[in-house]
Amino acid sequence: MSESDGKKGQSSRVAMPEQDPKIRARNFLEVPTGYTVKMAQEEASRCLQCKKPGCVEGCPVGVDIPGFIDLIAHGDFTGAIRNLWKKNALPAVCGRVCPQESQCEGKCIVGKKGQPVAIGNLERFCADYEREHGQGELPPKAGPTGKRVAVVGSGPSGLTVAGDLIVKGHDVTIFEAFHKPGGVLVYGIPEFRLPKAIVAQEVNFLERLGVKIECNAVVGRTVSLDELFEQGYDAIYVGVGAGLPKFMNIPGENLVGILSANEYLTRANLMKAYKYPEVDTPIPRGKNVVVLGAGNVAMDSARTAMRLGAETVKIVYRRSREEMPARHAEIHHAEEEGIELCLLTNPTRYLGDANGRLTGMECLRMELGEPDSSGRRRPVAVKGSEFEIACDLCIVAVGSGANPLLTSETPDMKLNKWGNVVADERNGKTSKKAVWAGGDIVTGAATVILAMGAGRAAANSMHDYLTLGW
Amino acid sequence: MFTIVKREEMSQGTVILNEIEAPLIARKAKPGQFVILKANEDGERIPLTMADTNPEKGTITIIYMVVGKSTALFRDLKVGEGYQDVIGPLGKPTHLEKVGKVVCVGGGTGVAVLHPITRGLKEVGNHVTCIIGARNKGLLILEEQMKAASHELKVCTDDGSYGHHGFVTEVLREVLKAGDIKLAVAIGPVPMMKAVSAITKEFNVETLVSLNPIMVDGTGMCGGCRVTVGGETKFACVDGPEFDGHKVDYDELILRLRAYQEDERSSHNHYCNLRDAK
Repeated sequence: MSESDGKKGQSSRVAMPEQDPKIRARNFLEVPTGYTVKMAQEEASRCLQCKKPGCVEGCPVGVDIPGFIDLIAHGDFTGAIRNLWKKNALPAVCGRVCPQESQCEGKCIVGKKGQPVAIGNLERFCADYEREHGQGELPPKAGPTGKRVAVVGSGPSGLTVAGDLIVKGHDVTIFEAFHKPGGVLVYGIPEFRLPKAIVAQEVNFLERLGVKIECNAVVGRTVSLDELFEQGYDAIYVGVGAGLPKFMNIPGENLVGILSANEYLTRANLMKAYKYPEVDTPIPRGKNVVVLGAGNVAMDSARTAMRLGAETVKIVYRRSREEMPARHAEIHHAEEEGIELCLLTNPTRYLGDANGRLTGMECLRMELGEPDSSGRRRPVAVKGSEFEIACDLCIVAVGSGANPLLTSETPDMKLNKWGNVVADERNGKTSKKAVWAGGDIVTGAATVILAMGAGRAAANSMHDYLTLGW
Repeated sequence: MFTIVKREEMSQGTVILNEIEAPLIARKAKPGQFVILKANEDGERIPLTMADTNPEKGTITIIYMVVGKSTALFRDLKVGEGYQDVIGPLGKPTHLEKVGKVVCVGGGTGVAVLHPITRGLKEVGNHVTCIIGARNKGLLILEEQMKAASHELKVCTDDGSYGHHGFVTEVLREVLKAGDIKLAVAIGPVPMMKAVSAITKEFNVETLVSLNPIMVDGTGMCGGCRVTVGGETKFACVDGPEFDGHKVDYDELILRLRAYQEDERSSHNHYCNLRDAK
């Protein structure tokens, strides 16, 4: 809790209470437990209400940040959530998973001298308050336009497009390949970081607005984009995500006990395998677990492994702490929970037993050399530094490529050399008429909020097309 | 829900046939493709290659052996009840082409998967010899259907209770010796496909096998179904399920299929005990 000295902006940030690391490292309940009304108002009062707010510039969907914070400070929580909804259909999600430190909070003036205003925490507070106390009111909707829109994929970008276009009066149907909507929000991000009940509520909000959701519909297999047009859809948004796991391509990778983070997290999150045998999908429970990679997905995997009873969990990453792509909060939480960082370490091969099961991996120590094309210092192997790490489970979290399932069935939609869909950066238009695309299938694996930003831009362009023409 | 419109028990109740209403899948599916089924909210996603489809009626047919908790749950579904989720059609269809003389070899429930492929190969103008086998006569499935789908059917049982006394591989060798076979298709337990591929390799006959590794999504997203084919890692769900039988690393596949063996056993026993107690 902060020591408020009464002067705006100079008090320290109100910390959000969290479960104790020792306890939470063994359960799947959410880690930060949320602000109370008093905490939220106290934190909101730290905002300087800048005339030219940098925070808004830093937000990919342009939320009126000073506006909603001011409403919280004055106790108008309903007003605050309505303000948020104008720009963001998924505030409960964004408040929890956005990389605020490099976006809104990174540009906060208060943060120049001390800690920035906790914009993410306040956004989460508004959404949670509305969920617990709201009357289930819906935003106003324009009259029906008679136009039909198909949204392929129900992840953050697809949900944003659906939410934006339904209130503009279009008839919107989402097609989801899995048996449950939410995309990465349900299969990827763990329960302890984003409770699935919250995702379900955000999806339900769209359904109450009139969005139809068809699960088990694999576009590219069950139905093609052209068949959707034949069925009478006027415009299509493709937001199918990245969805092709990358592996290390080193010897021994098909041993039992080596899983892609996609598989491990899908088992744990979508299939709820952490409740096995209460549910039917099993998940390997490693004693000594290694996670390869240092992004948010790697942190999620490592923290999941700890909660599934691991004795040791190591993050193995070939660069140094500075280059770790994960949010600061995730790295901090992971370390608090007892996860070790093995930095400047690169695996060269997996080791297994006669039953084809993983027993360890051979690694090399690395040092940082000259900067590479990404501007980061290139890791270089230290000669003769081979050593072994014993492990019985390895989660490979080194990124995702573009899944070709839909694109290979849509030859008239242009792709780049990595297989990502080529779409206009400003509006998401693809080379195929009446088809837009956004999110990870266009950019490669990125963040929830960037996908939502792309969805917002595409939805505006789609609305123009549906009302004015291509 | 995807309603079961027809249910049959085969192989003394160890193998179940379900015809399921799934019009979108039935309209699109081709021989060799698979679906993923999930019985209920907490169910596991189980991939099964389709044994038949009826686009007019809007149904698909699956035939599976009861081996664990999930298939035991499937077995307990009655006509009029159904699966909460059915996803498909997934995987690449079989490449059906006229090549001349073809031999199709099926073991266990693999015969069910082989059936539409055999029929398809015959329809495009091939001369199809079919060899099917089971441990004993009572466990044999789809004999009549396979007879109709091929030009010539040879049946084997391990115990000699019906047809040739011995393995499908022995009969296969005779068929290959007679000569001129251009293509072999083998679907069944992994050791059978491995043995068949070893023999067809001796005769230099191109061979297709259909693999059924462990998978979650079936759309190339999880990579759980990786198999080594010709020294390269492939995803059976999107690159297969059919591969060149001479290039598959069967030993690795067998080990990978055992990944959850202990979990599966305890979960199945638990389910059966609960059900019997009711």
